[in-house]
Amino acid sequence: MSEPFFELKGSLFPLTVIHSSDLTLAGLQTALEKKLGQAPGFFHQAAMVIQLAPEQQNIDFASIKQLFTALKLVLVGVTNASPEQKQQAQAAGLAVLRLGQDAKPTSSASTAAEKQNDNAAASVQQVPMHTKVVEQNIRSGQQIYAKGADLIVRGAVGAGAEVIADGHIHIYGTLRGKAIAGAAGDTGKRIFCHNLQAELVSIAGHYWLSDSLQGDFWNKAACIRMQDDSIVIGEL
Amino acid sequence: MAKIIVVTSGKGGVGKTTSSAAIGTGLALSGHKTVIVDFDIGLRNLDLIMGCERRVVYDFVNVINGEANLKQTLIKDKRVDNLFILPASQTRDKDALTKEGVEKVLHELAKDFEFILCDSPAGIEAGAMMALYFADEAVVVTNPEVSSVRDSDRILGMLSSKSRRAERGEDAIKEHLLLTRYNPERVAKGEMLSVEDVQEILAIPLIGVIPESQAVLNASNSGQPVTLDQDSDAGQAYLDTVSRLLGNTVDFRFLTVEKKGLLKRIFGG
Ligand SMILES: Nc1ncnc2c1ncn2[C@@H]1O[C@H](COP(=O)(O)OP(=O)(O)OP(=O)(O)O)[C@@H](O)[C@H]1O
Ligand SMILES: [Mg+2]
Repeated sequence: MSEPFFELKGSLFPLTVIHSSDLTLAGLQTALEKKLGQAPGFFHQAAMVIQLAPEQQNIDFASIKQLFTALKLVLVGVTNASPEQKQQAQAAGLAVLRLGQDAKPTSSASTAAEKQNDNAAASVQQVPMHTKVVEQNIRSGQQIYAKGADLIVRGAVGAGAEVIADGHIHIYGTLRGKAIAGAAGDTGKRIFCHNLQAELVSIAGHYWLSDSLQGDFWNKAACIRMQDDSIVIGEL
Repeated sequence: MAKIIVVTSGKGGVGKTTSSAAIGTGLALSGHKTVIVDFDIGLRNLDLIMGCERRVVYDFVNVINGEANLKQTLIKDKRVDNLFILPASQTRDKDALTKEGVEKVLHELAKDFEFILCDSPAGIEAGAMMALYFADEAVVVTNPEVSSVRDSDRILGMLSSKSRRAERGEDAIKEHLLLTRYNPERVAKGEMLSVEDVQEILAIPLIGVIPESQAVLNASNSGQPVTLDQDSDAGQAYLDTVSRLLGNTVDFRFLTVEKKGLLKRIFGG
């Protein structure tokens, strides 16, 4: 018998961050159901974090947590919490997380929170970026995750297939499935593909579905990136 | 060395059993000793299409369980030399097949046959995985419509990740695309995907295109593999497919809408 093994290690995981001005139960439920309806299955049991604003008070974290469970989502914790919010969230069994620099709050974050962020941001930057290369086509039902790395796919990504990278994604064939770049939250990551027919593209948690992609670049070579908080598509 | 070829699709009802019967018969007609194994436990219909349903005594599961030996169980075709069928059980469920059991039977068959054709059940569950696990080559049967192409893509993913060759890091399974129920008129009208569309998406070599044909329906109703109807379009298309499977280069036929010209009307075509 080998020695039992036990170790504690810090790691970074991609989490979906929710920004919402309305944190009432009804408001959240409506907004979440709408989003889930747009991308059925995409967020199934996804780990999520709520980004708080200082003015949001008396939030019922315990009920919100139940709401997430009912919607088949996993609420892990909150971020950008004031001392009071922090206490309430912890009482409801939620983790209080600090946000990385790359996912800067869009609204009124306090400067204190900004300062705190710098430490966390440093740890995001420290992850060395490697490259994972896949030689074949990625078929429907397959999922490839390039953890802490760029991803190069020499073939096509089939409808119903999913490629995910913490870094950039390059696809030399046709992208018919889903591509998720900057999965660890880095909005500077991009998706490059030789033929865009995707079901979904996502960068650092922001995503566009096939409907929004129909346009000048549909069926053509394209580069997808973030600019001022929204996704833009341009020439390769 | 026997070649194990799985006939698979993901989607149901696209023509796997029809193709297994037709290709198996074609291989035997070309002089290669061939056995067609029905992996569709519980829904067997290979024996119906081959017209030997009344001659089934023992089945695949009996052999696995040691209740009968292969010699007692294999059904020899009465029309074509070199052709045998290993029928599936009608009464058991799909869990009756174990990897060890299937391996033992395939190993035994490999001593005696050149080609072992495995007619897979639909889906991507245990039964379909069992049919493809030991394969050397795969005929991926696809209809020219989006859902069938999607399921074929899925199965191609399984072939390259869930097969024994993949698990052992051996050479990949050789993949062939067989497009069936192809209707050039509907393709021309844009109601169906074209050969080029399907090939573009699946990106594997094309082994055959079988037209949508009344001959297939007649064949299955009379328990005759369509390859024996050598005057029919589908029969000829399957024979071309078999020839390509044996390494020959054969032009593709039945891809365009046929215009009945005057000469054809007079001399028949
Ligand atoms: N080329 C063709 N032209 C016309 N009909 C066809 C053709 N190929 C198959 N069919 C018909 O399609 C039906 C399904 O065929 P078949 O049983 O071979 O499919 P299968 O993939 O084995 O189905 P399952 O998934 O249930 O095992 C049958 O009625 C068959 O006669
Ligand atoms: Mg069948």
